[in-house]
Amino acid sequence: MTKIIIDGQEIDVPGEYSLLQACEAAGVEVPRFCFHERLSIAGNCRMCLVEVKGGPPKPVASCAQQVRDQRPGPNGEPPVVITNSPMVKKAREGVMEFLLLNHPLDCPICDQGGECDLQDQAMGYGIDEARTREYRRGVTDKYMGPLVKTQMTRCIHCTRCIRFSAEVAGVDEIGAIGRGEDMEITTYLEKAVTSELSANIIDLCPVGALTSKPYAFNARPWELRKTESIDAMDALGANIRIDSRGAEVLRVLPRVNDDVNEEWISDKTRFVVDGLGRQRLDKPYVRRDGKLKPATWQEAFDAIADRIKTTKPEAMAAIVGDLVSVEPVKALKDLMTSLGVASLDCRQDGAKIGGARASYLFNSTIAGIEEADAILLVGTNPRWEAPLINARIRKTWLRSGLPVARIGAPVDLTYDVRELGEDFSILSGLADGSHDAFQILKDAKRPLLIVGMSALSRPDGAAILAACARLAGATGMIGPEGAEGWCGFNVLHSAAARVGALDIGFLPGAGGRDVAGILDGASKGEVELVWLLGADEIDTAKLGNAFVIYQGSHGDAGAHRADVILPGAAYTEEDGIFVNLEGRVQAANRAVFPPGEARENWKIVRAVSGVLGQPLPYDDLKALRAKLVADVPHLATFDAPAGSPGADAALWGNVGAAGPIGGAPLAYAIDDFYLTNPIARASRTMAECSKLYVKRPLAVAAE
Amino acid sequence: MLTDKDRIFTNLYGLHSPGLDGARKRGDWDGTKAILELGRDAIVDIMKKSGLRGRGGAGFPTGMKWSFMPKKSDGRPCYLVVNADESEPGTCKDRDILRHDPHKLVEGCLIASFAMGANAAYIYVRGEFIREREALQRAIDEAYDAGLIGKNNVHGWDFDCYVHHGAGAYICGEETALLESLEGKKGMPRMKPPFPANVGLYGCPTTVNNVESIAVAPTILRRGAEWFAGLGRPNNTGTKVFCISGHVNRPCNVEEEMGIPLKDLIEKHCGGVRGGWDNLLAIIPGGSSVPLLKKDVCDTVLMDFDSLKNVGSGLGTAAVIVMDQSTDIVAAIRRLSYFYKHESCGQCTPCREGTGWLWRMMKRMETGEAVAAEIDTLQDVTKQIEGHTICALGDAAAWPVQGLIKNFRPELEARIAARRSALAKAAE
Amino acid sequence: MALRRFAAEQPASFAFTADNLVWVDKQIAKYPEGRQASAVIPMLWRAQEQEGWISEPCVRWVAERLGMPFIRVYEIVTFYTMFHMAPVGKVHVQVCGTTPCMLRGAEDLIKVCKSKIAATAKDVTADGMFSWEEVECLGACVNAPMVQIWSDTYEDLTPESLEKLLDAFARGEKPKTGPQIDRHMSAPEGGPLTLTEVKS
Repeated sequence: MTKIIIDGQEIDVPGEYSLLQACEAAGVEVPRFCFHERLSIAGNCRMCLVEVKGGPPKPVASCAQQVRDQRPGPNGEPPVVITNSPMVKKAREGVMEFLLLNHPLDCPICDQGGECDLQDQAMGYGIDEARTREYRRGVTDKYMGPLVKTQMTRCIHCTRCIRFSAEVAGVDEIGAIGRGEDMEITTYLEKAVTSELSANIIDLCPVGALTSKPYAFNARPWELRKTESIDAMDALGANIRIDSRGAEVLRVLPRVNDDVNEEWISDKTRFVVDGLGRQRLDKPYVRRDGKLKPATWQEAFDAIADRIKTTKPEAMAAIVGDLVSVEPVKALKDLMTSLGVASLDCRQDGAKIGGARASYLFNSTIAGIEEADAILLVGTNPRWEAPLINARIRKTWLRSGLPVARIGAPVDLTYDVRELGEDFSILSGLADGSHDAFQILKDAKRPLLIVGMSALSRPDGAAILAACARLAGATGMIGPEGAEGWCGFNVLHSAAARVGALDIGFLPGAGGRDVAGILDGASKGEVELVWLLGADEIDTAKLGNAFVIYQGSHGDAGAHRADVILPGAAYTEEDGIFVNLEGRVQAANRAVFPPGEARENWKIVRAVSGVLGQPLPYDDLKALRAKLVADVPHLATFDAPAGSPGADAALWGNVGAAGPIGGAPLAYAIDDFYLTNPIARASRTMAECSKLYVKRPLAVAAE
Repeated sequence: MLTDKDRIFTNLYGLHSPGLDGARKRGDWDGTKAILELGRDAIVDIMKKSGLRGRGGAGFPTGMKWSFMPKKSDGRPCYLVVNADESEPGTCKDRDILRHDPHKLVEGCLIASFAMGANAAYIYVRGEFIREREALQRAIDEAYDAGLIGKNNVHGWDFDCYVHHGAGAYICGEETALLESLEGKKGMPRMKPPFPANVGLYGCPTTVNNVESIAVAPTILRRGAEWFAGLGRPNNTGTKVFCISGHVNRPCNVEEEMGIPLKDLIEKHCGGVRGGWDNLLAIIPGGSSVPLLKKDVCDTVLMDFDSLKNVGSGLGTAAVIVMDQSTDIVAAIRRLSYFYKHESCGQCTPCREGTGWLWRMMKRMETGEAVAAEIDTLQDVTKQIEGHTICALGDAAAWPVQGLIKNFRPELEARIAARRSALAKAAE
Repeated sequence: MALRRFAAEQPASFAFTADNLVWVDKQIAKYPEGRQASAVIPMLWRAQEQEGWISEPCVRWVAERLGMPFIRVYEIVTFYTMFHMAPVGKVHVQVCGTTPCMLRGAEDLIKVCKSKIAATAKDVTADGMFSWEEVECLGACVNAPMVQIWSDTYEDLTPESLEKLLDAFARGEKPKTGPQIDRHMSAPEGGPLTLTEVKS
């Protein structure tokens, strides 16, 4: 720690702090445009100038100077930084005048208005009269893709977008061409930025040069109701803010959570929202004469009750989808259990997971990736399954250059990966130490393994999981050889609902069927009733003649096959708990009400239980959550990862199942990042992204 | 006046062969091994004692710069980078060294590299100096062939010397912009710290020296620090290649003693100011970046770092741009403002936005279209740029304009007034 | 400085000659392992010497050879003003216009270019022979005013001697380079006043 005096106040900060950070620690605000905590330092906007006593008689850029480089006073006093002197004020006013010199006066029609750093700082440092008599510079707008709208005349050349794409997103596609006052930001030949994180540059842009294309001219920030919530597009549990006006969600922005999403979100998280207003199930439907007809809730409930009462428990089943919060899953489980139904499953993809909690969690935690010093990826494409996990790996790789190896098909992950091939049978060799990559993991202090659903949903998924656990034990990812408190055994989920549903045990009971068994039974006529709670990622053709209840928000695969449709809320429309892949319990909050007659999902299940004369023992969300915590106590702890499970031999010895591992290559679980769920498939923006980024490159490759 | 026996660049004009044989006849590569045998510390010590200050413009003591290089390697290689991106308007001295006396530079590179523990040097030649680059490459090839440099050379210090070049960007003369450019990026200056001696080329300890600074080193080491320090004045020692351009009768490059009176330099070497000394209007004494001097100062000022600093200007690259009474001084400075606008890299705000504004105001000052209050705005804008940028280009753009306002404010006011009255007359 | 962008018309491809390919490998070898991006300016310059200007396919070729993102090479090409973004004349006259040359008549040289070549800088004559542009200080200030045509400089010019020079080029001659008056390099006109005692 180093002492420094800022505006007369002595504070103690780490020597590697920048002066700007030290000022913030002292509670002194320093204006800035180019500086951003999560990007490299550019020092180019010159807005953060401060005066340093004893240095040269000119102000210095506080973002670019470290506390430890400052000169102490003549008698060893701490260095003195002044942010409120006339010299500093004049310097900043000068910079502001330069920034405004060629900045258009179009704030009234600029989408950044009201949340613009330049606008805000101009209030403090702007002068009220233009001294220039010159024409303002006009810059032609650049195409950057379907998500980012550009008005480049507004650009102040802070280069945050360039640094983000090069550093965080790992796609070196944005640059500044020309020089001097002709410098312009663009992509090469105005191609769309090929990153799943591209739209974060909208948030980073301190002015209105890069704004949201889908949200263009939709609203002013002060008109919006802001709801803090949790994203459901993947299992990361990104912290988001949902901005809505009236009944409509207009945009999603990231919230800062260093342990989860830092301050980024994926383009799907951000732009899926137009899908919330399309293809909605806003009233109940009942199939009559082969056709789905609108119905009242009572008619729908009666139709369900009639069938349930006449169907044996062994012939009934329920499948939980990927986007639902814990509460409706719990309600459905309680209802099914009370009916004696054992064929329950939350693993639409058939992943061979369950059992001890540590065996299906991302145990290292997301932030823990940064401590890893070697990573093995097993059957996962983190770039599409959890883009921010991938960004963390890249961040770690950039910092330390750690070795990353992969079993699975090569895809560009934005960092160097050693390819171990697509033959999963080498896992056995890795686990017993006969493969040369074993030693790299073994020598690492904090080795880390990430196994994805693509591998675990194979028929030999349980054997792969077991091999991964053996490998983890043998290389010190877990167990006595590992670093203190370290657990590098990680399962990468891609469904937001999955961990919560596994936690409450929405899995086949004694004699019950799993998803494959349910579908098999349905096609053979052995399963006669299937309740799909937001489950659309199954092969509905296999449902045979079963009576299908679809409860969910969108008219997708499940609803099309349904005999009764129960319209439910989407993730932005109900309070609910999501458990992310680390086992972190987070609360999502309702931003808007569900449309039409759609209702909160847990209430729908509760209502059916009433119609059946077996009411569930909770009448409100509070009571449901009390029951939830009573049954699954760890769900009471919010906002903390599960933590290291330790080296319990009994635990790790029973992960997965012994068996041969096949050599056949696998396809990754996600074949189109932008269309992974019913909401995304209803979104025009996602469709456009899919067409541009996924379908077209394939078409080109096929030519 | 300096005599030929004390001149270092004895083939400045290319009257003799620039090749290895010719260079050897002029004393180059003579006893180089003995110099290296003095050892690193002794060489740096001699350089310090000689009082040599960097010839690229800033005048930082060369020996001290060398001494900043790490004494022990931490595993990273060290580099010498020679700044031959000679682009300061008025300056064309390195050009003559590169094309006519390149062996002085190559030998200097070997010695300097040895003195800073570097086994490789990159010489960054401005892109436009194509023939100069070729001449330098020929000299390097000769030195390799003769075993003077390269692996296992006769001097016992493995040393590779590479020619690199730019492609038209004045800013690459700034040492960190030069390093960026050499790494294959846009020439945008880096922030300091870290300084190149710690984190320079490819993240390794690096010293960047001007061509002339390196090329004089072998002679200093051969003839001794005392000889060099005995020329010129204290703190402003040695000889210097001056470039005298503009309104003199015979513009030329000439190596002279530091501290020579400006008037002597012009009268004795350049045939005087066009139309006589009294026809002199102003002189820019150190390349376009330094403020101009009016005639009365030029009458007596000495050409060295401290003397010129004392009169509010600077020695810079010792490029003397002479302007006689016929000069449109506002146009001359306006043209410099255009140069800085053209050459601003665009990285940081004050320079990117300010240089263009300066130029546009200067255009109106030239025609008198400005309003009188704008002279203060012009001065203000130079002050808003100066000292607020990452590198010194902002300062360099500001100073000529400041010098103009300081010395020729009545001229600016007269033009504005003249245009006003002309318009008023036309309106009648 | 006009906006520097790729020309509207672009060739389908770019390829170095066999000799230049050998040269490229040698060039890259000058720089340490993994630092091959250092060779980007020399490679682009060699491409321009070969083709006369920098085309879009050329940028991609260089980027791929050096393992650089396309946008980074495009940044370089638009930053460094010696790269021509569109074809120029076989004789491309670069007139130094900065103050030291201006003081000695560079503006008159530009007038000659405007009248003899084209009214607008970078416009190529119908026969593809000539074009001109004003450039910033070329570093031959004591031989002002001067022009550079590809690799060579022509110094101490007057409007008349520039016209003669252009005429000579038009006739396909190779005019003498350097000072166009009775003068040796940067020595004063009329012969050196120093270094007269140096005999070799």
